[in-house]
Amino acid sequence: MVRFLAFSPLLIAVVFGAFFLWGLNPDRDPNAIPSVLISQPAPEFTLEPVEGLDVPGLSRADLLATDRPVIVNVFASWCVPCRAEHAVLTALAEDEGQILYGINYKDKPKDAVRWLNELGNPYQRIGSDLTGRAGIEWGISGVPETFIVGAGGVVLYRYVGPVVGDEAVATFRAALNAAGALSNGAGS
Amino acid sequence: MVPEIGHFALVLALALALVQSVLPIWGAARSDLMWMKSATWSSLGQVFFTAIAFAALMTSFVQSDFTVVNVLENSHSLKPLLYKVSGTWGSHEGSLLLWVLILTVFGAMVAVAANNVAMRTKARTLSVQAWISVGFLTFMLFTSNPFDRVYPAPLDGQDLNPLLQDVGLAMHPPLLYLGYVGFSIVFSFAVAALIEGRVDAAWARWVRPWTLAAWVFLTAGIALGSWWAYYELGWGGWWFWDPVENVSFMPWLMGTALLHSAIVTEKRGAFKSWTILLAILTFSLSLLGTFIVRSGLLTSVHAFAVDPERGLYILGLLAVSIGGSFALYAWRAPSMEGGGLFKPVSREGGLLVNNLILAAATGTVLFGTLYPLFYEAFTGGQKLSVGPPFFNAAFIPMMLPLVFVMGLGPFLSWKRATVGGVFARVRIVGLLATGFGLVAWYALRGGPVLGYLSLALAAWLLLATLREWAFRIRLFDVPLGEAVRRARGLPRAAHGMTLAHAGLAVAIFGFVGSSVWKSEEILFVTPGTEIQIAGFEVTFAGAEKVRGPNYIADRGTLNVRRADAHIMTLYPERRFYPVAQSTTTESAIRSTMAGDLYASLAEPASDQAGAQGAWTLRILYEPLVNFIWLGSAMLVLGGLISLSDRRLRVGAPKRKTVVPSAMPAE
Repeated sequence: MVRFLAFSPLLIAVVFGAFFLWGLNPDRDPNAIPSVLISQPAPEFTLEPVEGLDVPGLSRADLLATDRPVIVNVFASWCVPCRAEHAVLTALAEDEGQILYGINYKDKPKDAVRWLNELGNPYQRIGSDLTGRAGIEWGISGVPETFIVGAGGVVLYRYVGPVVGDEAVATFRAALNAAGALSNGAGS
Repeated sequence: MVPEIGHFALVLALALALVQSVLPIWGAARSDLMWMKSATWSSLGQVFFTAIAFAALMTSFVQSDFTVVNVLENSHSLKPLLYKVSGTWGSHEGSLLLWVLILTVFGAMVAVAANNVAMRTKARTLSVQAWISVGFLTFMLFTSNPFDRVYPAPLDGQDLNPLLQDVGLAMHPPLLYLGYVGFSIVFSFAVAALIEGRVDAAWARWVRPWTLAAWVFLTAGIALGSWWAYYELGWGGWWFWDPVENVSFMPWLMGTALLHSAIVTEKRGAFKSWTILLAILTFSLSLLGTFIVRSGLLTSVHAFAVDPERGLYILGLLAVSIGGSFALYAWRAPSMEGGGLFKPVSREGGLLVNNLILAAATGTVLFGTLYPLFYEAFTGGQKLSVGPPFFNAAFIPMMLPLVFVMGLGPFLSWKRATVGGVFARVRIVGLLATGFGLVAWYALRGGPVLGYLSLALAAWLLLATLREWAFRIRLFDVPLGEAVRRARGLPRAAHGMTLAHAGLAVAIFGFVGSSVWKSEEILFVTPGTEIQIAGFEVTFAGAEKVRGPNYIADRGTLNVRRADAHIMTLYPERRFYPVAQSTTTESAIRSTMAGDLYASLAEPASDQAGAQGAWTLRILYEPLVNFIWLGSAMLVLGGLISLSDRRLRVGAPKRKTVVPSAMPAE
């Protein structure tokens, strides 16, 4: 027994070492965040409109019914980078005619309304995800996150973090292009 | 020329380390005095040459020699001198050089200062220390040479990450490394003891001052890093359970356990193989930290530039050092048991509980930190992150019983203590602490039960620690002069323990206050906007452009009023560093012991918002947050006072003349 106990640190260290060796595989990018949703239909969710806002709510049915790619943006008024991202999304929606849907994540309706009144509302639909339940279904890791959903409600792309700055916007536009959104868009 | 001297000095240090790896330990095996003594000179030689290399790199930074790749990538001619100097250890290569410098300094200190250690043990210890040197010097020379040149030389450098251009952060890595690397000595002592196959009270006494010194530095390093994160990052928190924070915290937890178990080994001859294991584990966790930070294994805000080749090399080092020492442990430890029987209720029993809880807590932090990696491996590439909710839920409930036992422990006598006797002494303290918790509950209302429980336990720890100290000097029982005389007669280690335990209590007040009773507002402000927070009225007066030495800043002006009286003006800044093309926040803080009013300026409003001069502002009130830094300072000071105890300086075990039940517990 004593002998086994004395061996256990070595055994545990070997197991840890094996994991580390696996983790150092050069093809592995620890910063990449994959999504299980890619190429899958949008997850099941139904969200009520944000109280005090005359924009309809958002549900899976709305995404399945779409015949052109839409952008689904998860945002919140308490999220500082969302403010910076807001201008980019507004430009995509208003200048380039992209369809933009929002999921208002764990936000008080009062704050969300104030935020949108302050900055303007580029969203055609906004679902109020008070409990964060829809956020779980979408597998988000934080706010903001932005998805591109293709015709028929298939999730095509996920962007984690704010789409702000030349590099991020270029990456996101390339994904929109691949989804066939820009060729349909009025502005491009 | 200067970089080449540095490079050459490193090679010479490696040569000496190679000699020291073999000669003294072989000398110990065949009882050759000359060979054993050679360790002293090779240790001094190593520190001499590594210091030359370090000075050479620092010179290159100060002179802005951009032909050196490392200087080019981490400095700029316009950077203030202090940050040119601190840039020496701002990169992977430079910080590694600092790591090795500290390693050799500790080795030389053992060689010169540890005169009380048996010659054979010392020779073996220094050889083991040299093995670590060889590992890290080859790592540096083969994969991360800080003296690589570039030709032709560019006109100017790429600047140090502006977040790192800060006084707190200039000091944070050296202190942290003094802690991490300080544990290497303890590790070398442990491996030497395993090779020798013998652990006794003398061994524990040799190890304790080094453990304590490393622990003091690590405590200071972590506290400084936390303080830096608090005022520099602009997030208004002091601990985020980020993987890199965790890997500095794990050696601290293990080191704290080691500090206490070594006492039992020294005084009672018990816990021998456990103390050895803790010594190995503490340094292994330090090495693990080095590995995680430099290999890109996990996602973190702290990670250095990532290179899989380096990761593999450090993993090899880990396999040899940790694997080798555990194998040695598996072979030798079973024959080292025995000694020191004790009852469950005793000083030993209390320290055992302390050790078990600290070990479980370390295991929890380790598991939480590496769980994303395990999960990814098992699910074939799926990711998740483990954040504060897990750590707070798993770690805090473990700490509460620890704090309770900590208050009780010093009252317990060795071998056996009577429950009734201890209870009689702490009864009043327990009642006071419970009363404090209830009053806090009544006065504050609306917080979580855990918050009040934690406050009551912090009060318990503080009062019990003071009560125990008062009991020892018989304060109030005897005339004051007599009590002062007794206090002066107490070993310094006893005062150190009292101060450190009280410091933890003070820090807990800060942890609880600033996380449970924090208020926070994030909002859009235009000139004239008024914000109400925690009884303050804050008015945003606007923001203007100001120019610093190597940055341009937007400086906001906030007028702070309370009860209609102007208190002060805060100037949070948002700085843009053109060379590094990055932005940092300089928060403005109104700091008092009651709490900090903390403001940081985030993004300006975009033009689409239509509001010119509008900003996103983050404003927080963090009650008691400064108790954290005060408590940390007390922990460090307590450690230093304990370190100055003559028992740790003088070799021979002196039997104390004072009452045995008043032996220090440190």
